[in-house]
Amino acid sequence: MLVDTAPPAAETRRTPRFGFLRSWDTAIILALVASIIVASMTVSGFATSRNVGFLLIDVIPVLLLALPMTLIIVTGEIDLSVASIAGFVSCVFGALWNSGMPMETIIPLCIVLGAVSGALNGFLVSVVGLPSLAVTIGTLALYRGLAFVVLGDQAVTSFPRAITTGLQAKIGSTGIPVWILPVILLVIIFGVALHFTGFGRSLFAIGYSVDAARFSGIGVARTKFWLFVISGTVAALVGVWWTLRYGSARGDNATGLELSVIAAVLLGGVSIFGGKGTLPGVIAGVGLLAILRNALQLASVPEDTLSMLTGGLLILAVVAPNAITWIRSLSRKASTT
Amino acid sequence: MTTLTLQRQPSMAWLGTLTRSREFSVFLALVILIAVTVAANPRFLSGQSIKDLLLNSSILVILAVGQAIVIVTKNVDLSVGSVLGLTAFATGKIFIALPDLPVIAMLVIGIAFGAVLGAINGALIAVAKVPALVVTLGTLYIFRGVDFAWAQGQQISPSDLPADFLALGAGTLLGFPYLALIALAVVMAFGLYLKNLRSGREFYAIGSDVQAARLYGIRVGRKVFSAFAISGALAGLAGVIYAAKYGNLDATAGQGLELNVVAAAVVGGVAIAGGVGTVYGAALGALLLTTITSALPVLGVSPFWQRAMIGVLILASIVLDRYLALRTERRLRGHDSHAG
Repeated sequence: MLVDTAPPAAETRRTPRFGFLRSWDTAIILALVASIIVASMTVSGFATSRNVGFLLIDVIPVLLLALPMTLIIVTGEIDLSVASIAGFVSCVFGALWNSGMPMETIIPLCIVLGAVSGALNGFLVSVVGLPSLAVTIGTLALYRGLAFVVLGDQAVTSFPRAITTGLQAKIGSTGIPVWILPVILLVIIFGVALHFTGFGRSLFAIGYSVDAARFSGIGVARTKFWLFVISGTVAALVGVWWTLRYGSARGDNATGLELSVIAAVLLGGVSIFGGKGTLPGVIAGVGLLAILRNALQLASVPEDTLSMLTGGLLILAVVAPNAITWIRSLSRKASTT
Repeated sequence: MTTLTLQRQPSMAWLGTLTRSREFSVFLALVILIAVTVAANPRFLSGQSIKDLLLNSSILVILAVGQAIVIVTKNVDLSVGSVLGLTAFATGKIFIALPDLPVIAMLVIGIAFGAVLGAINGALIAVAKVPALVVTLGTLYIFRGVDFAWAQGQQISPSDLPADFLALGAGTLLGFPYLALIALAVVMAFGLYLKNLRSGREFYAIGSDVQAARLYGIRVGRKVFSAFAISGALAGLAGVIYAAKYGNLDATAGQGLELNVVAAAVVGGVAIAGGVGTVYGAALGALLLTTITSALPVLGVSPFWQRAMIGVLILASIVLDRYLALRTERRLRGHDSHAG
């Protein structure tokens, strides 16, 4: 049975550029380009350096979290706890700052805290062998709860203005925020790791078939463990970023952000079952959601329409591939008869 | 030896089964929690606070029953909070338009409305064969968006609602709140249905092994569709009850509730991997979560610990499930080697 199914499986995996999902990525990238063009022409104030600066700064948290999320979903797992880790880290950041600790000590501590939080997810998923959906629903509640335990309903806002406004510094007069550069560097690192290394291929292998991956010598448990550690670490970066960007450490920082991240990743063509997806597609998914949101906000479309749009696009992203396969099979039937 | 076991079984077996069951351990946790809290403050077990506890848990219990049925089929319904919110707001709007509508008719309308929303989930999942997690994440946004668009920042206050409807939210029958009685009826009805009817058992068959269920002749798509319709209908019922209980309604009703609902089912022993669990367990899980909420202040613990404790409970439950599953597997293997 295994021998029978293996060859075609390997074949479809090795030639994704001819598969449907490749063209889904292309479709999303085209949709992104189209939305930029249409928004620039029809929405006044969209194609200004000021707005582009806002847009790029606002997209940073989702973009960062989407990177490890893509890797995790490619292996067939999920991490729902990222926004809670960011909120938890934000509160610890605020509490430590209140206690008078210098920023240079707090930030590394916060990143370690994120890594440890992710390691708990990773331990429960890979060592204990629990489903990541259940584990991270649990830690979503746990870390968000700990965020409130640390700061209660207080907010820490006494961060130096030099830092909070410094985060919005622009490159010359371009309107492009300076901090998008290290983020782009991270995007490239994740992209190379996923698509051009053995590590990346092993992630697709795990998502495609855990048993096959194990037989071919991939340390499935170890790989998954480290992915959750990476995810927690990036979530900590987002927590620090969020705190300084908004100049406020609060228990409800980044609440619900995991949904936007997952929506963007799935819209970008990553299969929730694992094994399929590309990082360029995900970046396009993140960009498309951000641009639609921004353009519609500028056009004073109400917030509720935006949330319906996010939900609708998410469902479209999962329904469309099946619908198209179905239509193709119908037309194939029609042409053979 | 065989005769001995046979003789002892009728008298003791039910006790063994009972104490080994997951529902029992949740029940025990609940009893211990209540005992500790009562030791700290005896008034925790007064008639009024029991009534409050039952009243506060009834909405979560009803939602957890629907969620349990969905999770048993190896799916998940994240849209329940939004369905509740939309139905609650619709309830207010309908009463403003038709103030003389009988309460029972409103309950029926709410259930039907929720069932339609659940059917949208079910159709997308069963017909388009896409994962429930993504679909209900999408409809979570969409239903909430519709709710906000409809409400336009408008708020419905208790004075907009008929008095006999508000009485449903606050009233009691022989000392029991109506809402708790409705929740109890839902739990009993679905408990009996899932356990005793063939149609109810089929949900478990799908969750345990879809292929086997299909080979056995179960129409999986239709069954999954009905699980979501049931979950939606119960969320609709919960929405009407929410309106009766709180009276003040805006578009944020039930926001974020899905986490507590999934938590209640998981803590109550409904395995997220499907095929295992009962609605009784889910209801007990809901009761446990609600009791923790009201016990924390009594125990002098900051209420900010509540969510963290829910998280710990979820993690503890799934670790326990995993441990029990491994133990059963080992035991079955042991028997196999004896047979062979």
